[in-house]
Amino acid sequence: MVNGAASDTELRRRAWDAAAQVVDPEIPVLTIADLGVLRDVSIRDGEIEVAITPTYSGCPAMNMIAVEIELALERAGLGRPVVRTVLSPAWTTDWMSDDGRRKLRDYGIAPPRPGGGRRALFGVEEVACPQCGSTDTATLSEFGSTSCKALWRCNSCREPFDYFKCH
Amino acid sequence: MTAASIQVSETPLVLYALRRADDALVLGHRLSEWCGHAPMLEEDMALANIALDLLGQARELYSYAAKVEGRDNDEDKLAYLRDVRQYRNLLLVEQQNGDFARTMTRQFFYSAFADPYWRTMTASRDATLAAIAAKSEKESAYHLRHASEWMVRLGDGTEESHARAQTAIEDLWSFTGEMFTVDDSERALIDAGVAIDPETLRGQWLKTVAGVLGEATLARPANDWMQKGGRIGHHSEHLGHLLSELQSMQRSFPGASW
Repeated sequence: MVNGAASDTELRRRAWDAAAQVVDPEIPVLTIADLGVLRDVSIRDGEIEVAITPTYSGCPAMNMIAVEIELALERAGLGRPVVRTVLSPAWTTDWMSDDGRRKLRDYGIAPPRPGGGRRALFGVEEVACPQCGSTDTATLSEFGSTSCKALWRCNSCREPFDYFKCH
Repeated sequence: MTAASIQVSETPLVLYALRRADDALVLGHRLSEWCGHAPMLEEDMALANIALDLLGQARELYSYAAKVEGRDNDEDKLAYLRDVRQYRNLLLVEQQNGDFARTMTRQFFYSAFADPYWRTMTASRDATLAAIAAKSEKESAYHLRHASEWMVRLGDGTEESHARAQTAIEDLWSFTGEMFTVDDSERALIDAGVAIDPETLRGQWLKTVAGVLGEATLARPANDWMQKGGRIGHHSEHLGHLLSELQSMQRSFPGASW
């Protein structure tokens, strides 16, 4: 049994590492681990179960992410996992890793501010331009190219940019 | 039309989830009708995004209704294979898009209710409904802000936009009362802590509406006579046309997938 438990731990670690490499199809610089979409990996009777949570209720990337996880684990020689979608606790941008925020900025998307949430939504948002760093920026549209982004423009360098909304 | 309609065993909890799912699906479908037609590109994307959020909420609610019902129905069957009289949505959300002012007014009235509704429902004793509420309340906060800003822009805009917004308010006002109605089936769920009494949200809804309309220099109608029937399947003629488009693929090619 001790051996069984140890191998479960090892299997879980390998499964997590494989699943954590899956990227968001819309924002390919971010992995689902960076995003906080990957919630849990568990082993039940030798079967791997991967839990993911959607960023937004209607996020169309979820189906593709689930397929990518299955492929990643099969490629890693771990067999086909069960991918489960969990709704609770509700996803928040606060789960995004610091590394994820840096990658977003380098990619040209302004990252969400930590601890933003509802306060930021109804207060004054200060968003720094991912190109020049200026905070003299303005909203063009509350809704952008995907559910999780808004469209902004920098008044200093005049570049439009995506802003990953606080959620 | 070759696929027959399904029967649904509407226990109180199934019916409760179905009603909210139908609200979200029908309103989301209405918004999707703007895709490619909105006044500007940013708004086209905004309406499609909001429609997508609503579609996501509908899917979760339909899936839950099907699970609670425990027969062989699923989210797709509930959406595609119920006839117009089996739909349980509010009359408000099925009203036609009309001009942009009418679409925004419908969205504003609904969002001003949905936002506090979902926030309060996060305390539901039903774990699944509470989880769906926790996701939906974040989304509806954005929807409300978006619609509120448009009400102000239209009402406090040009003479033309003001007149159109005011007409839309007059036309849609009588459909807002249905959001606060409760029947015996829901009363039991409220008593059990599964649902909340929408009457407790009326004050906040009126306050939001008064605040935004005031800023928009628009008037709240004096008439308080309210229309109802959607929750028991008595719909305006518009829903049948909407469903014929929404359901045509699955009715003509049962089980079609891609």
